[in-house]
Amino acid sequence: MGVETFPAITTRKEAVIAWGQKNSLWPMPFGTACCAIEFMAVAASVFDISRFGAELVRFSPRQSDLLLVAGTVTFKQAPILKQIYEQMCDPKWVISMGVCASSGGFYNNYCTVQGIDQIIPVDVYISGCPPRPEAILTAVMKLQHKIENPATTPPAQFMAKEPKFGY
Amino acid sequence: MLEKLTASHPKAILGSVDRFGTLEIRIEKSKIADVVKTLRDDQELLFSILIDIVSVDYSTYAGWTGERFGVIYQLKSLALGHRVQLSVTAPEDEPIVPTISKLFGNADWLEREAFDQMGIRFAQHPNLKRLLNHHEFVGHPLRKDYPITRRQALSTNDSLMDEMEARLKEKGYV
Amino acid sequence: MINPKTLLPIESSSEGLNAVQPKEKKDLVMVNLGPSHPATHGTLRVLCALDGESIVSAVTEIGYLHRGFEKDCEVHTFQQCIPYTDRLNYVSAIMNNVGFCKTVEKMMNIQVPERAIYLRVITCELNRIIDHLVCAGANLVDIGALTNFWYSFNVREKVYNILEKLCGARLTSSYTRIGGLSRDVYPAFGEEVTAVLKEIRKGVLDVQKLISKNRIFLDRTKDVCVISKEKAIAYGWTGPTLRACGVEYDLRKAEPYYHYADFKFDVPVGSRGDVYDRIFVRFLEIEESIHIIEQALRKLPDGPVMTGDKRVALPPKQQTYGNIEGLMNHFKIIMHGICPEPGVIYDATEAANGELGFTIVADGSKNPYRIKCRPPCFMNFAVFHEMIEGAMIADAVANLGSINIIAGELDR
Ligand code: SF4
Repeated sequence: MGVETFPAITTRKEAVIAWGQKNSLWPMPFGTACCAIEFMAVAASVFDISRFGAELVRFSPRQSDLLLVAGTVTFKQAPILKQIYEQMCDPKWVISMGVCASSGGFYNNYCTVQGIDQIIPVDVYISGCPPRPEAILTAVMKLQHKIENPATTPPAQFMAKEPKFGY
Repeated sequence: MLEKLTASHPKAILGSVDRFGTLEIRIEKSKIADVVKTLRDDQELLFSILIDIVSVDYSTYAGWTGERFGVIYQLKSLALGHRVQLSVTAPEDEPIVPTISKLFGNADWLEREAFDQMGIRFAQHPNLKRLLNHHEFVGHPLRKDYPITRRQALSTNDSLMDEMEARLKEKGYV
Repeated sequence: MINPKTLLPIESSSEGLNAVQPKEKKDLVMVNLGPSHPATHGTLRVLCALDGESIVSAVTEIGYLHRGFEKDCEVHTFQQCIPYTDRLNYVSAIMNNVGFCKTVEKMMNIQVPERAIYLRVITCELNRIIDHLVCAGANLVDIGALTNFWYSFNVREKVYNILEKLCGARLTSSYTRIGGLSRDVYPAFGEEVTAVLKEIRKGVLDVQKLISKNRIFLDRTKDVCVISKEKAIAYGWTGPTLRACGVEYDLRKAEPYYHYADFKFDVPVGSRGDVYDRIFVRFLEIEESIHIIEQALRKLPDGPVMTGDKRVALPPKQQTYGNIEGLMNHFKIIMHGICPEPGVIYDATEAANGELGFTIVADGSKNPYRIKCRPPCFMNFAVFHEMIEGAMIADAVANLGSINIIAGELDR
């Protein structure tokens, strides 16, 4: 047995890292409202987000790389969301779950932020009120695809888009 | 019940109707705390639970001729099972209503909410702060002249230390 | 629960280790709990002053999910408000729908068909079961018993399958309409519900087996954050949390609506008003809800699920397209909406958390002039800071779960 029979694959370092990142997303659920209940359902047995390597729910932003904003974000909540986002280490991704987080939804009024992209950059939006659990799993898969191809779909984090409300 | 109230607070009752099976009594604003106290403590009335406090802005109500703001109290008796609805009105330039937070624990927050949403002030309330909206909010969103889409951003959250200081003082910490 | 302070002698003896320190503010540590904290549902904030690990004083702040339900309703028609009510207590959406529609129906004096009433009872009780399961499950997770969560969520998922078939949505169902229901049930509804009830029984039993003799659970919940009957009443508590203090008050018995007087069921009450009682009252109520559903399924009559009242019900499609009265009726309801008489009304139903009431001020137009929802958990949370003073941080978390704060209805 020599060196020549040692099994090996050749690849790029970035590809390996991306492969690792995409299969071990640690989500931090920023659940505020009804959508958070649906997120619980995704984490529970029937839908089981762990099939996608994202079951390790962390409630500390410092330990997670995926911020899952589930629920309505009000102006009172907005500074907190921003702070949590900034506490996360790079690289980080954001999924905006439900119409409330994505655009304010049917709460077009004095206290609701009309989409969290006015505060933080968002990678994947999920429609629905609340989205079906399958939609959340699709979003995770979309995000995995995005992580795999950083050249064509860079993380929203690095895209220059000024938030509407700076804190 | 009405007779009893009229007997004990002759000047307080402005009128009453019986609609949807509940007695609705209009009360003179300055007497509301006394009336509620009687309703709570009288052995034949025993309204032990304050169900809700609702603030209303009547400024665009069709055919309304009274004062602009209204406050509606819902009371319920656990022992006897009956309900009553009290209402007072307050003028636009000085919307001040006596507090009942000394009589019912939950009135504290309910009155804070009415103040926050409608701008009705409750005289001698221990801590009349905003409850639902953030502390930098200007105006009162449920007033009819507040446009529904006027949004107000918040820069930093309330530290809550003022309430904490007061509470610690109550407990004897210096 | 041992409060370290009570171990110290009351009179300070100035010598020895046991001397009571004078109360000094600088010795306290301020800890901010929430709003982004797993146990506070992301929306409640508690600021605690800690002496060691026990809470000396606490202040709460709400409003992080205040999303303008009441203002939004004022610019929508009565029918359009129904989806907004879904999102009050989003764990048991149908109960809010029923509460709102019942208020408007009472205001307009509309008779809801019998079948719709029974179906409302069945779906409400299913929702009550879900709510209690989620509450107890989440509470146990907060204490550290994760397994129970999966047990209760598995059954919940099965109930959701039924609700989904029924109204197309899992969580936010908007199932009722003013005057009835949006649609009748599907053919196999009865059998499926009966089957799911069996599973619920089993799931609840499994959870109870796991906890009822569990030393850790008992130590963490018994005699923790006790509230007295009198105080609970003074703060306007209703529902399971009040019953856990030993007050037998349930709107379904006290002011029966929807034939609740004809159903046989018991009202479980606690004796001490601690976290343990609040959890177990919920478990027992699940059992009672199962009884109610079984009786309602047996009695379920045939017939329409929507009233024929022309003020609120759309005419059948053949009439809309077939004759002018039907067309006019359709047009009027769509364009002019439902217009109750001017006046103020308060009406309440027993929701999973307690008395859910709606005050509606109508001015005769198609939009409600003012809606105020009476959220049951608002009253529970108003006294929260007093309940946790003297307890430990971990007890505060256990207590928070047990009084079941749903932010959607707390902040509206
Ligand atoms: S999108 Fe719908 S379900 Fe999700 S938080 Fe908003 S209102 Fe609730």
